[in-house]
Amino acid sequence: MILFDSLVMRAAAAGLGVALVAGPLGCFVVWRRMAYFSDATAHASILGVALALVLDVPVFGGVLVVAFAAALALWAFGARSLGQDTGLGVMAHSTLAFGLVAVSFLPSVRIDISAYLFGDILAVRERDLALIWGGGAIVLALLAWRWSRLLIATLGADMAHAAGVNPRREELLLTVALAILVAAAIKVVGALLVGALLVIPAATARGLTRTPEAMAATAALIGGASALGGIWMSWEFDTPTGPSIVCWTALAFVLSQLRGVIR
Amino acid sequence: MSLLTIEGLDVRYDGRRVLHDVDLSIDSGEIITVVGPNGSGKSTLLRTVIGAVRPSGGRIIHRPGLRIGYVPQKLPVDRSLPMTVRRFMALPDAAPKAAVEAALARADVAEIASSQLATLSGGQMQRVLLARALLNDPHLLILDEPTQGLDQPGTASFYQRIAAIRAETGCAVLMVSHDLHVVMAASDRVICLNGHVCCDGRPEYVASAPAYRALFGSGTQGALALYRHEHTHRHDEAAE
Repeated sequence: MILFDSLVMRAAAAGLGVALVAGPLGCFVVWRRMAYFSDATAHASILGVALALVLDVPVFGGVLVVAFAAALALWAFGARSLGQDTGLGVMAHSTLAFGLVAVSFLPSVRIDISAYLFGDILAVRERDLALIWGGGAIVLALLAWRWSRLLIATLGADMAHAAGVNPRREELLLTVALAILVAAAIKVVGALLVGALLVIPAATARGLTRTPEAMAATAALIGGASALGGIWMSWEFDTPTGPSIVCWTALAFVLSQLRGVIR
Repeated sequence: MSLLTIEGLDVRYDGRRVLHDVDLSIDSGEIITVVGPNGSGKSTLLRTVIGAVRPSGGRIIHRPGLRIGYVPQKLPVDRSLPMTVRRFMALPDAAPKAAVEAALARADVAEIASSQLATLSGGQMQRVLLARALLNDPHLLILDEPTQGLDQPGTASFYQRIAAIRAETGCAVLMVSHDLHVVMAASDRVICLNGHVCCDGRPEYVASAPAYRALFGSGTQGALALYRHEHTHRHDEAAE
């Protein structure tokens, strides 16, 4: 019973920590059509896992650095000649491929790569929790601090300039926030499913709300509830936890869409 | 002192010179319209004035404390973003409720304050953007092709509103427009732009200037005749 308590409580704390932050940040991902951008950043984090293991530094640090570098590169080349979509595709798949190849050189006893691809929330330790909640708190603080500026920059770059807001700076801020979230979330839902935790709760909240603030709060609630539901399902039926969490968000999305159809 | 003075402005995009040697000054209360063919740098000029484009040469001098209100050409709002008109008005800084209501009323959109931005028609959106630009009580109102996509009555009433706002608040207006005939009737000054300022002056002066005619042909004089006495009309332009 004690085992159950500490294990599940830690998992719940980790899941909530990520989901509550992914909701509001995911709203910007949806509003700015950055879904592929966030996927590319998350996929790049596998390369960070590999580098961290090779260099024998903490995985969280490796992921943070590589995710940030990838997001920064995407930001810098953002509107350049190659179609945005194509550039992101090149980045997302090549960093993932290089990461997986790099990991294959490591002695297999040292790493279970699927834990980083799909998350391994039940293996979360106290130190991970501190990183997740610390990183999440930083992201939420950044969003709260720049909220109105981020919104005006999201609505239109020229509009932001005219209001004295530099839209590129706000984009950079979102980029940093995204890298932090990816690093925090990789143990919880894994590199392949971080994007789902960002996009699906926000998309679900859209149909239920009339202001950006309400949408952000609702997305956080939906994400949080899904995290708890996924952990319960995983414990009860021995399903993989990260995918289970995402299944609950998808279920919430379908229900919200049905509600729109029925009304 | 002028509200805004532009001296020897040069703007380049990817090595291409979009604007060069632009000199312009804007005084209080005047309505200035920038006309010119596509690609002549009209929008770039406006975007440089609001700080969205960094000039590669020259300078833009603001009168100290100058407040600018900007109405973009269009503002496509993603349907995924829930945002009421009233909330939009409070971005990026919250404004007093009374000021918001007054600005909405002045732009004639008070009744849609609770509507979602993404559901507005083109004309409603333009007026909401105008209301937002008026919110900080600007000395200079800048509008980039504000009537794009509006029908003729909509266009005419929009310009009437601009003229009324100028009369009420005394703000200067700098705008880009393609509606040559309306422009000619509603502006104090017209600037004909084609990479540089081709001519600058009262509408009737610009309309008869050779540089303007070279760009637009004298056919547009026909439209102008609806509004002004005509003394330079020509019939020898076969093609328009």
